[in-house]
Amino acid sequence: MRSPVMTALAIAAGLIVLLGYLIPPEWTSLAYIQAVRAIFIGWAVVLAGIAAWVGVIHLFLTHLRRMTARRDADRYSVLVVLAFLVTAAAGMILTPADPRFQQAVLAIQVPVEATLLGLLAVTLVFASMRLFQRRKGVMAVVFVISAVFFLLLGAGLLMPLQEMPLPGALIGFFERLPVAGGRGILIGIALGSLMTGLRILLGADRPYSG
Amino acid sequence: MIWLESILGLGLVVLAGALTLILSLPALRKRKVVFRAIPALQRARRALGLSVEDGSRIHLSIGKASIFSPTNASALVGLSTLERVAQLSLISDRPPVATSGEGTLTVLSQDTLQAAYRIANVPEQYDPERGRLTGATPMSYTAGTLPVIHQERISANLFVGNFGPEAGLMAAASEHENAFSLGASDALDAQAVFYVTAEEALLGEELFAVPAYLQAGAIYQTSLRVQDILRWVVVGLMVLSAILGLAGVSL
Repeated sequence: MRSPVMTALAIAAGLIVLLGYLIPPEWTSLAYIQAVRAIFIGWAVVLAGIAAWVGVIHLFLTHLRRMTARRDADRYSVLVVLAFLVTAAAGMILTPADPRFQQAVLAIQVPVEATLLGLLAVTLVFASMRLFQRRKGVMAVVFVISAVFFLLLGAGLLMPLQEMPLPGALIGFFERLPVAGGRGILIGIALGSLMTGLRILLGADRPYSG
Repeated sequence: MIWLESILGLGLVVLAGALTLILSLPALRKRKVVFRAIPALQRARRALGLSVEDGSRIHLSIGKASIFSPTNASALVGLSTLERVAQLSLISDRPPVATSGEGTLTVLSQDTLQAAYRIANVPEQYDPERGRLTGATPMSYTAGTLPVIHQERISANLFVGNFGPEAGLMAAASEHENAFSLGASDALDAQAVFYVTAEEALLGEELFAVPAYLQAGAIYQTSLRVQDILRWVVVGLMVLSAILGLAGVSL
């Protein structure tokens, strides 16, 4: 059984924040709701900062435990722990705004992330080549054809055709297709998000233990 | 015009809330609701069952959406899924592990796991190590999740939440380990990447159907029915606005 007090608090806070968003600013008699909403959001931002800190400490402790485990100690955790300690110490001494600190962090982060992106590109190419093994049916064919077509379109290889009347009109139509499809998907996602929020406001879904 | 948008938004929320309450009434809830079959979710359920049976671990990645960002609904779906997965794997030798790329989500995932075990009267099964922050940026989150997929005898990886294209690396790692993978995201680029790299992918708003199809509770099924009704309302409004636009009436 979850705490009814926590649920009531969550519902009340959620309703106030929602009303603060939806009440038109012209309704000055209800301006106090917007003021309360701003206070709640301020608190939430502070809590999010603390939660991020808790998460990072937990990450550090997890790797510390793995590093010192008697069985199957994780060697890579040593790197994580050392990098964390050095970065934290340098950030505290120099402050994160220091250009030398930023340069040092970026000099490590950017190449590592770029390498992962390169790896991702190769992974996606190989996965695309094996797509037909995994997925049978029309959808896979449509997916591959549209991926290749929009790759060519995005690369500008079909530019000469765009100046001709009929192919140009066809290309214009195809350019609008992803926008229309994307909007359709986004409307569906917006409705799903609305219902997820409502479940919490109704106290039916509680992503907190209380 | 801002006030019209606010009123319309408020109206939609009130309509959705009223429909949820009406369809939750016991008299209406008794009717058997049949949802269309989503093969990806049927396979996910089977994979979860097999994981519990063979004593391997289930890994649920709930993404990197901040709880304060507009994409937080996907994270909340991930948390609901985590609760259901924890319930389903109560009898398993290896409890599920949840990874996330945002501090708030990590705290909430630990809280969700703790609540699931407490409600099932097995609070001693809870281990805070099972809800982990694997990285604070999208790439570090992905890089930190890869060892979990490779090293922890995972037989089913569920990616339910907000992801970027880098999630393709996680899905590929899952395939490398011969584990089942289901990708469900609210981001269009991640959906396309999951379609190519994951064993099963959910497209569009199917992400929001995950808890209902995992039978997490009647409210999720009601919620799905309301979502369908609202979709028709939105379709009707779009057609109406197109007709009004053709007739020269501007709103």
